[in-house]
Amino acid sequence: MSEPVVNSDIARSLGLLEEEFERIIKILGRTPTYTELGIFSVMWSEHCSYKNSILQLKTLPRSGGKLLVGAGEENAGLVDIGDGLAVAFKIESHNHPSAVEPYQGAATGVGGILRDIFTMGARPVAALNSLRFGKISSDTDKNNYSEINAERSKFLFKNVVKGIGDYGNCFGIPTISGEVYYEECYQDNPLVNAMAVGIVKQNETATAAAGGKGNPVFIVGSSTGKDGIHGATFASEEISEESESKRPNVQVGDPFTEKLLLEATLELIRSGVVVGIQDMGAAGITCSTSEMSAKGKCGMEINLDKVPLRDENMSAYEIMLSESQERMLVVIEKGKEQIAIDIFNKWDLNCEEIGRVTDEDRVKIYYKGKLEADVPAFDLVLGGGAPVYKREIREPGYLKEKHNFNFDNIKEPEDLNGVLLKLLSSPNITSKNWIYEQYDTQVRTNTVILPGGDASVIRLKENNKALSVKVDCNGRYVYLNPYRGGMIAVCESARNVVCTGAKPLAITNCLNFGNPYNPEVYYQFTEAIRGIGDACRILETPVTGGNVSFYNQSKDYAVYPTPVIGMLGLIDDVSKIITSDFKKAGDAVLLIGNIYTSGVNDKNITGMKDKNNKSQILNSKFQIGGSEYLNTIHGLAEGDAPFIDPEQEKKLHELILKLNERSLIKSAHDISDGGLAVALAECCVTGRKNNIGCEINIDYQSRKDFSLFSEAQSCIIVSADKSSQKEIAELAEEFNTEVLKIGETKPDRLKINFDIDLPLREIDFSYFNSLGKIMEQ
Amino acid sequence: MSKARAGIVVFPGSNCDHDAYNVFKNILDTNTEFLWHKDGSIGDRNIIILPGGFSYGDYLRCGAIARQSNLMKEIVRFADNGGIVIGICNGFQVLCEAGLLPGVLMRNDNLKFICRTVTLKVENNKSIFTGEYRIKEEIRIPVAHGEGNYYCDDETLTGLIGNNQILFTYTDNPNGSLNNIAGIQNLKRNVLGMMPHPERASDEILGNTDGRRLFESVIESVL
Repeated sequence: MSEPVVNSDIARSLGLLEEEFERIIKILGRTPTYTELGIFSVMWSEHCSYKNSILQLKTLPRSGGKLLVGAGEENAGLVDIGDGLAVAFKIESHNHPSAVEPYQGAATGVGGILRDIFTMGARPVAALNSLRFGKISSDTDKNNYSEINAERSKFLFKNVVKGIGDYGNCFGIPTISGEVYYEECYQDNPLVNAMAVGIVKQNETATAAAGGKGNPVFIVGSSTGKDGIHGATFASEEISEESESKRPNVQVGDPFTEKLLLEATLELIRSGVVVGIQDMGAAGITCSTSEMSAKGKCGMEINLDKVPLRDENMSAYEIMLSESQERMLVVIEKGKEQIAIDIFNKWDLNCEEIGRVTDEDRVKIYYKGKLEADVPAFDLVLGGGAPVYKREIREPGYLKEKHNFNFDNIKEPEDLNGVLLKLLSSPNITSKNWIYEQYDTQVRTNTVILPGGDASVIRLKENNKALSVKVDCNGRYVYLNPYRGGMIAVCESARNVVCTGAKPLAITNCLNFGNPYNPEVYYQFTEAIRGIGDACRILETPVTGGNVSFYNQSKDYAVYPTPVIGMLGLIDDVSKIITSDFKKAGDAVLLIGNIYTSGVNDKNITGMKDKNNKSQILNSKFQIGGSEYLNTIHGLAEGDAPFIDPEQEKKLHELILKLNERSLIKSAHDISDGGLAVALAECCVTGRKNNIGCEINIDYQSRKDFSLFSEAQSCIIVSADKSSQKEIAELAEEFNTEVLKIGETKPDRLKINFDIDLPLREIDFSYFNSLGKIMEQ
Repeated sequence: MSKARAGIVVFPGSNCDHDAYNVFKNILDTNTEFLWHKDGSIGDRNIIILPGGFSYGDYLRCGAIARQSNLMKEIVRFADNGGIVIGICNGFQVLCEAGLLPGVLMRNDNLKFICRTVTLKVENNKSIFTGEYRIKEEIRIPVAHGEGNYYCDDETLTGLIGNNQILFTYTDNPNGSLNNIAGIQNLKRNVLGMMPHPERASDEILGNTDGRRLFESVIESVL
C-alpha cells in the first residue's frame, strides 16, 4: 500500500490550515511523514486540542470548593465527598458519530466516558445522558414539519436510546437520569452527550502521566482494528451530505470487553504497579502516547509490531489513528510486568508491552523496522504546542428582534385544560418513561430516586451518604440570551439536585455549539461561558472539566447553543432524600423563591417589587419568552430568556436544604418547562402508586395563560404539614426568601382557580403514555 | 446462626453479583462468598446463586457460553445431588441452557429491554423458595431484561402446571412469556429460575422489601 506524498493539499484534506502545516514543518525542521501528518492532524483537531475554546474555558472557575483535581489535569475531575472517598465525573459529546450511525455512535459515547472514569481508579456507579433531536411528531399545527424529517428523527432517537441502553445495561451501570428535547434546529445535528459518575478511595486514584525512564508501556484490552480512523477529525467539521460516507469513521462498541477492562483495570490500579494510565478514546494510540508523555515531561519509544491487531494489513498511519474501543495505555513500574500480565490473563484480555518510557521529549514510533514518526510530545498537546485561537465575535442580529417581540398579539386560548393536557403530552415535557424503561436503572441496588423526578439519587453503601445528579440545559433560553441562558443552565441543574435534598458541589459541562469561525456562533459561545462562570462562582460549584463540541452545524443553520451542565450534589444522610410528588391530602402547597416572577401576584409581599425596581421585567408577561408554552401551543421561539439572579437562587437553595434538615417539607419540585401549571401537575402524578391532587388559588399577575405557563426561575413548589407553615415562614425570612401559600393537596383532581380542573387519571394518562404512543406508531 | 453458606457465581459479564452478595452477606447476615467461573469447585457452599448480567457478553444465545464453563459443570452435579441453586435473570437463562430447568427465554415480545417494577403472583408457597409468602400473594419485584419471554412446548407446560413447578406469574405480563410465567422450579424442587430481581427488592432504603422473603425462605430451609 503506497502512502500519499505529503504536501499542503494533503494537509488540508486532513483538516489542517495552511498556517498549521507550516508550523509543523517548523517544529520538525522538515516535511512530516504521512504518519506524522496524521498524528498532528488529529492532535491539533478541535476535538483534541480545544484550540478555539481553551481561552474561554480558562475563564471558568476550575478549582476550589471540594475539588481534589482541577479541570484538565486528569481524565476527569475529582471531588471530595468525605470519609476518604472522592467522586470522579465527566460529560462528553458523541454528536457527529451519532448523526451518521446512531446506535454505535451513542454506545461508544457511553463506553468512552465510562473509561474516563475508571482510568482514574474509580468504579462507575451511575450514567446519565443529554439528548437533542429534530421534532418527532409532525402534527404541530403551527409547524408544517415534514413527515420525513420526523421519521428520520424518530429513527435516530430510537437507535441512540438503544445504543445507550445496550452498552450501559451490559456493562452493568445504572443509567439513572437524562434530558431530551426535540427542536427543528437539531434535525441534521442530533446531540448525544453522555455522562458518568464514579467513586474512588482518595488513596487509590491513578494518574494519566507517564514517567520513569525505562518503564515499560503496555497496551491492554481490545485489539486494534481499522474502525474509527480519523474519528476526531470527523468530529471537528460540519455535518454535510458527505458525512454519510464517514460512517466507517464511527467506532464499534463492545460493552462486554469494557466490563472486563473495568474489572482488570481497577484490580491493576489497586495492585500498586501502575505509574500512569490513560484510556484510548479520540485519536487512539496517538493521543494517549503523546498526552501521557507531555504530562509526565518525558517521551516514549513505541513499536507498533507489538500491538495486537484485528487486521493484518494495517499501516503505521492506520494503527496510530485507529479509534478501536475498549483499549488503555498503561505505564507499569519496571520489574512488576508479570503482576499486570497475570491480572489481564485472569480477565482474558490482551496485555502487550509495546514500548518504553524515555527521558527526551519525543514520541518515536517504529513499525516493521522503520522509524515512522519522531515528534515532540509537547508540541502536539493542548497546553503545549497545539495552536490556540481567539475567534472573531459579533452579536447576532436576531437577538434584538427576538427581545422586542410583541406578545400582545398572541391569541389567548379559551380552554386552558386543553392547553395543559397538550403540554403534558408534548415530547419536550411529557414523561420520558419510554426511554428510561429501556435502561437498567437499578443495577448495583443503589438507586434511591429513580428517573422521573427533579434529579436522580444513588446511595453510597460505604457511608450512608447519597449523590444526586442531573444534566440540564434549555437551549432555547441560551439562543435567546446566551449569557442568561448559561446562568440558567447552572442554576436549574443546581435547583434540581436541591429538590432531592442535596447540596450542589461541582459541575461538568458539555458545550455544544455551531461553527466557531462564525462570529455569531462565537458570540454565543463566549457569552454562554461567561454566564456559566458567573453562576458557578456564586453557587460555589466549580467546573471539574468536560468537553467542547463545535461544528454542530449543517449548511443552513447551527443548533441552538447548548451548553449542557452535569451537576453533582451530595446528601449527607440518605434517609433525608426528598421527592417531587405530593404525599397526602390535606397538606399545604407553598411556592418558595422568586414568587413575583412566577405569574402569581402576592399582595402580602410589600415593597419587594418597588425595592428592586424590577416590576416591569419581572412581570410574568416578560417571563413567557422562550417558554415551552409559546413553542408547543403557538409555534414560537420569541422573547428573552426568563429573569435569573444567581444570588437569589443560592438563598433559595440554602432555605430548602434548611427546611429539609428540619424535616419541615414533604415534597419539592421546581418550576421549569411548562411553568407553574405543568409543575403542579407533575407534583400530582409523579408518585405513580398514589396520586394526590391539589386545589390552588392564586391572583394572576397578567394574562391567565402567561401566568400559568411562564417559566419563572428560582421557584420551588413544596408541600408541608399545615402545622409547619409558621416555622417555614420564619426560616424563609431568615434567608430573605419569599414564601406564599397557594393551596392545599386534595384527592383526585388538579384545580387552579376556575381555569384548570382535571381528574388526575387524565393527567396521568397524558403524561405517561404520550412518548410511547409517538414512538410505537 | 443459620447453616446456610451462599456462593455467588461470577462469570465474566455478571453484573448483579455484588447485589446478590450484599443481600446475603450484609442484609441477611449469611456466610457468603464469590465463586469464580474458572474454578472447578464450589467448595463448601450449600446455596448457589447465578446472578443477573450478561455472561460472556451474551452475544450468542443468552447463557449458551456460560453453561460450558468449568464451574457450571460442577454446579450441574451439585444440583443433580439435590443442592440448592437459584438463577436470577441471566442466571435463569443459564439454568435453561444447562438443562437444569425446562424451556427457553426468548426476546421480549416488544423487542426492547424492559426495566420496571412489576407485580408477581405467588402461585405456590410450598417450595423452599417461597415458604415465607402467602399463596396468591401479590408482590412487587423489578424486572430488567431483554430476553425474558419464557417459552416451552405443550407437554412441558402441562408438566410444569401439574407438578406445581410454576412459582411466580406476572399479573401484567411485560415480555410475552407463556402463561405469564415469571419463575419456575425443577421437578426435584431444589432449583429455581426467575426473571425478576428479588435482590433489588430486599433493602428498606430502596423502598421495597418484597423480595427479601425469598432469600429468607431459602436460608431457613438449610438446617
